[in-house]
Amino acid sequence: MTEPLRPRAIGTSLARLDGRAKVTGTAIYAFEQPLERATYLHPVQATIARGRVTAVDTATAEALDGVVAVLTHVNAPRLASTDDAELAVLQSDEVAFRGQFVGAVIADTPEVARHAASLMGVSYDEQPYDVQLRADRDDLYAPEVVNPSFPTDTDDGDVDAALESAALTVDQTYSTAMQHNNPMEPHTTVAIWNDDGLTLYDSTQGVHAVRTTVAPVFGLDPERVRVIAPHVGGGFGSKGMPHAHVVLAGLAAQVTSGRPVKLALTRQQMFSLVGYRTPTIQRVRLGADSDGHLAAIAHDVVEQTSKIKEFAEQTAVSTRTMYASPNRRTSHRLAALDVPVPSWMRAPGECPGMFGPEVAMDELAVACGIDPIELRVRNEPATDPESGLPYSSRNLVGCLREGARRFGWDRRDPTPAARRDGGWLVGTGVASSTYPAYRQPGSVANIRSGPDGRFTVRIGAADIGTGTWTTLTQIAADALDVPVEAVDLQIGDSALPMATVAGGSSGISNWGSTIVGVARAFRDKYGPDPADGSETEGETPDNPASERFAMHAFGAQFAEVRVHADTGEIRVPRQLGVFAVGRIINPRTARSQFIGGMTMGLSMALHEHSVMDPSSGHVVNHDFAEYHIATNADVGDIDAVWLDEHDPHLNPMGSKGIGEIGIVGAAAAIANAAYHATGTRVRDLPITADRFLP
Amino acid sequence: MIPFDYQRAADGASAVATVTRRPGAAFLGGGTNLVDHMKLGVADPDLLVDVTRLPYDAIEQLPGGGVRIGATVRNSDLAADPLIRSRYPVLSEALLAGASGQLRNLATTGGNLLQRTRCVYFQDVTTPCNKRQPGAGCSAIDGWTRNHAILGASEHCVATHPSDMAVAMAALDAAVVVLGADGERSIPLVDFHRLPGDEPQRDTVLEHGELITAVDVPALGFAVRSAYRKVRDRASYAFALVSVAAALDIDGGVVRDGRVALGGVAHKPWRATRAEERLRGAPADDATFAAAADAELAQARPLRDNGFKVAMARNTLVAVLRDLAARDQGTKDRP
Ligand SMILES: Cc1cc2nc3c(=O)[nH]c(=O)nc-3n(C[C@H](O)[C@H](O)[C@H](O)COP(=O)(O)OP(=O)(O)OC[C@H]3O[C@@H](n4cnc5c(N)ncnc54)[C@H](O)[C@@H]3O)c2cc1C
Ligand code: SF4
Repeated sequence: MTEPLRPRAIGTSLARLDGRAKVTGTAIYAFEQPLERATYLHPVQATIARGRVTAVDTATAEALDGVVAVLTHVNAPRLASTDDAELAVLQSDEVAFRGQFVGAVIADTPEVARHAASLMGVSYDEQPYDVQLRADRDDLYAPEVVNPSFPTDTDDGDVDAALESAALTVDQTYSTAMQHNNPMEPHTTVAIWNDDGLTLYDSTQGVHAVRTTVAPVFGLDPERVRVIAPHVGGGFGSKGMPHAHVVLAGLAAQVTSGRPVKLALTRQQMFSLVGYRTPTIQRVRLGADSDGHLAAIAHDVVEQTSKIKEFAEQTAVSTRTMYASPNRRTSHRLAALDVPVPSWMRAPGECPGMFGPEVAMDELAVACGIDPIELRVRNEPATDPESGLPYSSRNLVGCLREGARRFGWDRRDPTPAARRDGGWLVGTGVASSTYPAYRQPGSVANIRSGPDGRFTVRIGAADIGTGTWTTLTQIAADALDVPVEAVDLQIGDSALPMATVAGGSSGISNWGSTIVGVARAFRDKYGPDPADGSETEGETPDNPASERFAMHAFGAQFAEVRVHADTGEIRVPRQLGVFAVGRIINPRTARSQFIGGMTMGLSMALHEHSVMDPSSGHVVNHDFAEYHIATNADVGDIDAVWLDEHDPHLNPMGSKGIGEIGIVGAAAAIANAAYHATGTRVRDLPITADRFLP
Repeated sequence: MIPFDYQRAADGASAVATVTRRPGAAFLGGGTNLVDHMKLGVADPDLLVDVTRLPYDAIEQLPGGGVRIGATVRNSDLAADPLIRSRYPVLSEALLAGASGQLRNLATTGGNLLQRTRCVYFQDVTTPCNKRQPGAGCSAIDGWTRNHAILGASEHCVATHPSDMAVAMAALDAAVVVLGADGERSIPLVDFHRLPGDEPQRDTVLEHGELITAVDVPALGFAVRSAYRKVRDRASYAFALVSVAAALDIDGGVVRDGRVALGGVAHKPWRATRAEERLRGAPADDATFAAAADAELAQARPLRDNGFKVAMARNTLVAVLRDLAARDQGTKDRP
């Protein structure tokens, strides 16, 4: 048990400390850095999916007024390391996917750069390519591990025998669509290369992650790379690691004689360059007795990666810990395609992986004639089915019950297609949600006392719009036992002490634990009245409890769905999420994380679908008119609440991460509600009007 | 961005003269479509002649009871106009179903009629497209066709026209008033947009340099009972999968007359004349409405990804007609 912090500022709805700067436009994002003599970079992208660049005609572009330099694989500076093929920008003539960088223009203005880029004539030797994911491919392979380091397959008990003898079985295939993260702020990087090394103003989820990744690529000592990112307009995982554009900006900055290089990807470019969520095909088999007690769970996943770099989404991992069943099997198989590199997108693994099984549970509930909440309660495990460890806290049942009460579940008639309101068929659905309480070592915080009882707290953490500026200040204030006004937080700069990336919903847990540990050491050393300039620095303390407990957050998602009987249009007038996530640091920012996640889950359920066109080899609906994301009008009465969960084993704040759990299970709840409304079981996302038409 | 010249038109005639003289010139309305195309490389005019300050910004009653809508009237203003809302609700509803508030504040009547297809291959200069580059081939036919045409397409192009407004105008027998180098002409809206045939690069019958100055909507008494229903993949800010504009004149349970047009299904706003024929003189009931829809859609030729549009168009058309008929009987929401 870690010694809990006494909450004073923690738990209050402190308004965002950076809110005024943001709404008044004075918060400076990467691209807006006011820099003298800046140049602008515009990339040229491959228009074939596989092959070689045979020639690039740069003469017209170079002749244009205002062009500073033109880069191709022929003249681009050499990189020190090309081990990471995604980052080996302009180092060879090979094209591995459509949209890959094959050149770039640096110019005095963005307009000239863009125009010049359009004048670059690129000739190719085009080769056959393959961009289609199918479950029946004969070249699927098992990766060594799945993201980040989970076993690829698990097999406990005898699933086949249990399915064979089960009174009831569900055996269905579900699919989730390819999706793109699409944060509001596009990926932007400003690079300056001079005698000090490389400075990057980057829109990133982790300044140190960028430094650590990029330094060896350029052959620089990490100390000579500085990354600055005080404000970031969303990332959803796509800014968790630097992608090729950061390297492109670094290359460009080497040929501008010290002039800064500014790069902002266009929305279209983001559809091939900054990661995406792989499509998944999930076969789920459940076996149960007639009372709904699970005897077998099998979850076999097929998904894609790119040929040049493997990313294996851990889609079936949540199934390993979700429900009690003596026999359990999970597997992941990949197709390596001529496509861009997939990557993290909000709740990689859990988000797609809780779709198939949670719809299958609904199908099982129908097959057993048991209420879907009751079915889940009956399969609640006493300990973590995978590790055998007790849970530090597990309140799935509490979430389901509290949600049922608030949502009016007891009035629900399970009969499908039995409610009509005007032209609309109405139904409700539920699904479970979960997300691991991850924690990583390696963050460092520095606390220094100033005059007038003030403290400077320094850590290279990131605020990607989630509220880190505010919540870390609250944690630091409580850890030092001072009011929040006495804390000057500094984050978002690799010159600050090392911090882990804002990912895996672990930022606050990692950074907060570190700050609390350092604050305690500071008070131990300097007492209540430290002299001006007293200073302590330290690393994330160990948490021995993490060996003894399985640590996960849980939740329950509820949705009401309406499907129009004539047109098939589907709408979601009501969503409720109930979460058990330890202590809430700030109800205001927490609520916006939950609701944001649930909205993104709605968007996944009904809209988001990157259409990979086999005949052109790229995502053809690569803009916001065609790649639909839920609009305001699509979101109805949405609410998120949480249980008062006390878990002393997590960290001193008693908190679990909350950035991702909101999206998990939301799509399944909507699909289940759509079935309840119409009697039509849609197993493939997104759920569009045509699914309900003959 | 490719450099270009910009001029503000002083009057209609000189705007026409300027653009007619210069093959690379284009009129600029609200710019919500053209400027996008310039950024995407789909259009590269060397001169923009801004027509938004020309005196075509009025909505006026015509002597015969019709209405003249100036070409530069903004979509928001047109949708909110009391005359339009009371006499032609279908037009107001169609406008409000389109785009977003911000876009409607900029978009003009003339520009809306001339907006180009949203076919993703048309908008991406790296994929072949006959409409953008005649003879290059059509990427859509073997590609992603969810949003494409089921009526009147050709082997050269299967794109749809995206306008909502124009569908309502097609149903209302509107006419486009055009000023050219040789003076003014009036083109029935149903003949203004073309089917693709073997010239998909030509969306309309307009010649280079011809300026739209107005759209005339004739009197149509029973259009007070008209409606526009748009079916789309999200609740707002999405183009129509299918849309229906309709007006019904019912007397004693019998359809005296009707106007029907479909959107999202063809290269032009699709006036459903076969459906109208079936309606005229028939009992105002579901059987008639279904027969009318079937008569129109018998000619549908869906593509790989858009077979659903046939059922969707049929159901939506029946539902709109049923609602209008119910409204006629004084009950608003018949179950
Ligand atoms: C994201 C998005 C969503 C949208 N959704 C919808 C939707 O759901 N439904 C819908 O109907 N529309 C939709 N639109 C399209 C919108 O309605 C059109 O862009 C708009 O109506 C075009 O009008 P404009 O005045 O801006 O035209 P412009 O872009 O200025 O011009 C369009 C064309 O018309 C020509 N032109 C303009 N005025 C004249 C004139 N007087 N005479 C001759 N030629 C002229 C121009 O040269 C150009 O070729 C959407 C647009 C966007 C960007
Ligand atoms: S459907 Fe028409 S607009 Fe689309 S690619 Fe084919 S020719 Fe071009």
